[in-house]
Amino acid sequence: MGTGPDAESLEPKAFANTMYQAILFLPLAGAIITGFFGRALGARASELITCAFMLVAAVLSWIAFSQIALAHEAATVKIPLFRWLTSGDLDVNWSIRVDALTAVMLVVVNTVSSLVHVYSIGYMHEDPHRPRFFAYLSLFTFAMLALVTSDTFLQMFFGWEGVGLMSYLLIGFWYEKPSANAAAMKAFIVNRVGDFGFALGIFGVFAVFRTIDFDTVFAAAPSKTGHFMTFLGGQYDTMTVLCLLLFMGAMGKSAQFMLHTWLPDAMEGPTPVSALIHAATMVTAGVFMVARLSPLFEQSQTALNFVVLIGATTAFFAATVGLVQNDIKRVIAYSTCSQLGYMFVACGVGAYGAGIFHLFTHAFFKALLFLGAGSVIHAMHHEQDMRNMGGLSGKIPWTWGLMLVGTLALTGVGIPGFGGMAGFYSKDAIIDAAFVAHANVAHVYAFDLLVAAAFMTSFYSWRLMFMTFHGQTRADRDTYDHAHESPMVMLVPLIVLALGAIGAGALFEGFFIGEGYAEFWKGALFAGSGNTIREDVRHIPLWTSWAPVVAMASGFALAWVMYIARPAWPAAIVALPGVNGIYYFLLNKWYFDQLYHWVFVVPALWLGRLLWKGGDGAIIDGLGPDGIAASVQRVMRSAVKLQSGFVYHYAFVMLIGVTLIATVFAMPADFRHYVSDALSHLFGRGA
Amino acid sequence: MTLALSELFFWLFSLILIASAVMVIWAKNPVHSVLFLILAFFNAAGLFVLAGAEFLAMLLIIVYVGAVAVLFLFVVMMLDVDFAELKAGFMKNAPLGLLVGVILVAELIGFVSSWVITPGMVSRIASPSPVTGGAVNNTQALGAVLYTKYVYFFEASGIILLIAMIGAIVLTLRHKPGVRRQDIGAQVARTPATAVEMVKVKSGESSVPAAKEKV
Amino acid sequence: MAGLSPAMTKFWIGFAGRLEKRSNAMEIGLSSYLGVAAVLFTIGVIGIFLNRKNVIVILMSVELMLLAVNLNLVAFSAHLGDLTGQVFALVILTVAAAEAAIGLAILVVYYRNRGSIAVEDINMMKG
Repeated sequence: MGTGPDAESLEPKAFANTMYQAILFLPLAGAIITGFFGRALGARASELITCAFMLVAAVLSWIAFSQIALAHEAATVKIPLFRWLTSGDLDVNWSIRVDALTAVMLVVVNTVSSLVHVYSIGYMHEDPHRPRFFAYLSLFTFAMLALVTSDTFLQMFFGWEGVGLMSYLLIGFWYEKPSANAAAMKAFIVNRVGDFGFALGIFGVFAVFRTIDFDTVFAAAPSKTGHFMTFLGGQYDTMTVLCLLLFMGAMGKSAQFMLHTWLPDAMEGPTPVSALIHAATMVTAGVFMVARLSPLFEQSQTALNFVVLIGATTAFFAATVGLVQNDIKRVIAYSTCSQLGYMFVACGVGAYGAGIFHLFTHAFFKALLFLGAGSVIHAMHHEQDMRNMGGLSGKIPWTWGLMLVGTLALTGVGIPGFGGMAGFYSKDAIIDAAFVAHANVAHVYAFDLLVAAAFMTSFYSWRLMFMTFHGQTRADRDTYDHAHESPMVMLVPLIVLALGAIGAGALFEGFFIGEGYAEFWKGALFAGSGNTIREDVRHIPLWTSWAPVVAMASGFALAWVMYIARPAWPAAIVALPGVNGIYYFLLNKWYFDQLYHWVFVVPALWLGRLLWKGGDGAIIDGLGPDGIAASVQRVMRSAVKLQSGFVYHYAFVMLIGVTLIATVFAMPADFRHYVSDALSHLFGRGA
Repeated sequence: MTLALSELFFWLFSLILIASAVMVIWAKNPVHSVLFLILAFFNAAGLFVLAGAEFLAMLLIIVYVGAVAVLFLFVVMMLDVDFAELKAGFMKNAPLGLLVGVILVAELIGFVSSWVITPGMVSRIASPSPVTGGAVNNTQALGAVLYTKYVYFFEASGIILLIAMIGAIVLTLRHKPGVRRQDIGAQVARTPATAVEMVKVKSGESSVPAAKEKV
Repeated sequence: MAGLSPAMTKFWIGFAGRLEKRSNAMEIGLSSYLGVAAVLFTIGVIGIFLNRKNVIVILMSVELMLLAVNLNLVAFSAHLGDLTGQVFALVILTVAAAEAAIGLAILVVYYRNRGSIAVEDINMMKG
């Protein structure tokens, strides 16, 4: 895939500019072409156009990666495109900002997106709405690229909302399914909660710094340390308030604890969407945001501690729920949620490099797992329940092998000091970083939870593998007999991702977190003066680096015992009186959905119904349009009696009217003036 | 003396006019109503003459008595109406009618008695009446203004009458069904193509198309 | 006028001549004419109210009202010495004649279609 680090940086600058613009706008072009003309072009042409554009963009982003991140000279490319808006002090330009962090994201987004595009040709080949699907995918990619290439908060917000919108549209892609529509709305609404905080954070940044330009804000951030601002009626540390508000957006987008409920439901969308949006790219936007805003977060230890707290809690919580889920995609979704927690812990303890590194490797193996799951689902005719699978390894060996690679990478198989799969490098780096962090919340709380989560990750991943591919089949005979391997168009992207899952860790560890750190990032990630985490990580005790490996191995062993050696055990354990409650607690996802239902949804519905029926229906409509219409009708019903149909009645009315007019003129003059004044007031002609 | 005579005639005409008007609305038989209407017109014409409008007086007699009233009479007699029944319900709206009538007449009399014509009005006369005893009489003077100053009103009156005539004819004209009329337009519009149909008939076959026989 | 006796003819001519001589003098007051016209108009109005069985009488009542208006116009014309009033009356005569013709035509058609011209039966003019 990559062109390698042979420097092509001698190209003229103009070409480079064109290349960055092409990376950003090729997906948009593809989306516009297929979105507006897809019907005329046909499904096949739409697929080819978007895939070709995406593949070109992917290749170009690897070139960009080599030029920006791997090259030696300090490079932050900024290409101003146009002035977006000006209003008072606010002056926002639209420009493409490419530094090492963006380059990493470009590679991740475009690689996974192009592979998902190709994969979708196979996966969606029966769907009648393929042009729409591909247009959505490409448009999503554009929005994500706009997010990662942003140079101002507002541009980031544009991309942020763009990916949110496309996520909504893609989750609800099969709009005939009520559950898909509900899931799409849920994703959108839960994200609104986070985005509300994000928007407030942007407002706050503008209020404090009088600009929303990244570089200016970053440069001014240290000077605001220790300042206080009024927020919600109290005085709080400026940077803490801003960072927490901004982090609220990240929590929503990255499905962190308390705002996570939308992610599992988002699995209603087509599987390639889950792989692209809900595993590799969009949900990592929160991590990207924290890393991008590291100059701000570094100014507030409170905010960083909060990030660690949320990240560690999410990692642990999602892993526990993942233990008992039966839907193959939901297991992977909770796994994603959990891994995002890891990334936030890394960012929170100041090891942004480790966080982004995990984002990078995770994109490969999680996309691989999702697409592999899609391949399984494809083979099983849209069966997603693992209880109806089993023994598929012989039927779909390629998928099995590739899923195995993904599982090994996710669980972080490897030997410390020796090497291993992609997840081994990145995840263990995060756990190590958590251990050495000074703050107790990281050192004790996060480290313990992360190791526990590593154990559970291993358990549920292997549980997924064993339930799906091994043992006796529980699928019905017909489905099992017809299970078939996916076509090459689906397998090739899986193979590419598998290569990434195997090699990305070993290949890039040195750049992301190792000795090439400074030269690779070139200051794109900021570390405060007290942030010595990269130095501290070198001096961890031996048992710490072995802890996740042991956890991983024991998770595998437990899964093997429970699902291969003693298949009767899971049911027996669940039946134990004490465990039973815990099982249902986990199966129902800690009752978060129920809690939110009763705390938010029911009152909101009640309030909505009250405002609708009472406020709008009874008061506004009742007194307003309906009331006026009803009284008009009442008056008219008696007025209609005048129109009897008898001609002589009409003649009577005319003559009585003539008499009345004559009467007015027969009145004494001043009284007549009074009457005519009143009449002219009545008919609005003025006195 | 002459003063007394003209006043005498004025009250005579007025009385008969009002009495016959009352009879118009009071008579049981519509034919009688029409005849009283004619009488009312005659007396109104007399009042016109007294006011010096001889031409209008003659017009009233010729147009109203000669045409309109006769038309009324004609219609009343032509329509086969049960007159006895028509009188029923006569008094139902009488109280309302009387109330309106009393108010109206009281007010109108009130206006008339208190009416004062603006003194400067005389100087604003548009087309003066002919001088008394002059060479020009009322009819000539009227003609002189009617064909010059008010010629457009005159033309409009003519058009109104024409339209009324056409309207009356269109309204009442009735084509009897079953009568074959000559349609000159259709005859003139006929061309050889529509008039003659050329049919190739094989020897020994009829000229009826084969498709028709099948159905 | 051919049927009139010579004496009557002489009377009428003399009457007319005498009238012509003092037509502008208008011994008979304007208010007398207007009073007669007001009464005539009111009779027309009452006639419309009274009659409920025959539309023809209503039409005749309308003619009476128009006649009252004409009488007013002629009276003012004579009083002010302005011929315009008589021109107005002429136009009203014309319109009244047209109205009578059309009204009667409608009546005939109506009778033909409904078989009645009773006021109470003309009750279809509603939406």
